[in-house]
Amino acid sequence: MASHTDAHGEHLDHAHASAGRYIQIAVILFALTALEVLLYEAIFGSLRESSGALATSLGPWFVELLLALSALKFFLVAAFYMHLKFDIKALTWVFSFSLGLATTVILSLFLLFWYNRGLWWMDGPW
Amino acid sequence: MLTPRNIEEAAMTSAVLDHDAHPAPEAHHTSLPIDNRKLAMWTFIGSECLLFASLITTFLIYRDSSVGGPGPKDMFEVPLVTFGTAILLFSSFFVVMALDGAKNGNRKKLILWLSLTVMCGLFFVAMQVYEFNHFYHKGLGYSTNLFSSSFYTLTGFHGAHVAIGTVWLATLLKDAIKGRIPAEKAINLELSALYWHFVDVVWIIIFPVVYLMSLGR
Repeated sequence: MASHTDAHGEHLDHAHASAGRYIQIAVILFALTALEVLLYEAIFGSLRESSGALATSLGPWFVELLLALSALKFFLVAAFYMHLKFDIKALTWVFSFSLGLATTVILSLFLLFWYNRGLWWMDGPW
Repeated sequence: MLTPRNIEEAAMTSAVLDHDAHPAPEAHHTSLPIDNRKLAMWTFIGSECLLFASLITTFLIYRDSSVGGPGPKDMFEVPLVTFGTAILLFSSFFVVMALDGAKNGNRKKLILWLSLTVMCGLFFVAMQVYEFNHFYHKGLGYSTNLFSSSFYTLTGFHGAHVAIGTVWLATLLKDAIKGRIPAEKAINLELSALYWHFVDVVWIIIFPVVYLMSLGR
């Protein structure tokens, strides 16, 4: 593992994951994608009838489950394939700051449209 | 007063200033202990997050606002998109293996994995062209309704990013074949790999949020 300390005393770690770790991450990513599709098929698709009670209990949580699985895949790719786990922390901060701004954009747009639609529902279509 | 010592000091100062003004072409260092091109790429990726956040949110807002015309349930097919998702995930794995080869100076490994990555990129673009063509013939034009406009804009922008990434990786593959990517220039591939992973990460969000959630409503 190649690591050293820079002039400011910050501990730097430029080691990257091994090929074996990359394969492990790929397998996990495929498994999570398969789980997403399985979830859809079990709740809404071709496996709905055979999944029975499972579909009924997971149905209300479909969106939350998909978002959680996507977030996990997002984290794995960013941390290992994009090397954020091994690069200097400044890059993680740059990316986190951008994600924070992106989240603000998403929430602002939703709030804006919900607010406008609320007025539309109250006052009529003008 | 000019003494030999003063002249020597002045020459050294001039050399230092000259070095600062014209750094060597390959030395792209900042006060951070990384190549500044890498920092620039991360900043660019950060700005892209805002673009795709806006496009995905716009799709979610307009998805069910169409007055007429076909909707997501009339159009989307899970098997085709799942296949495309798998292809992009494969390509992300392939490009890290190519980068591993480049950093270790293993040219054969670099060329093999990079070729597979480029093939995956081409395959994904072809899949998207097929999907758009298929949708168009089923009656979903760009301006058919709000759903179609927001869907084509979002996935079209993503497809354009994939196409640009594929061209970028193909040029690096050409360089690799000609032996122009030695281990010390692996940063060139690392930058394109970062971009490629970001394109993959965006699809990781688009696949469940746009396709699966729209079908499961």
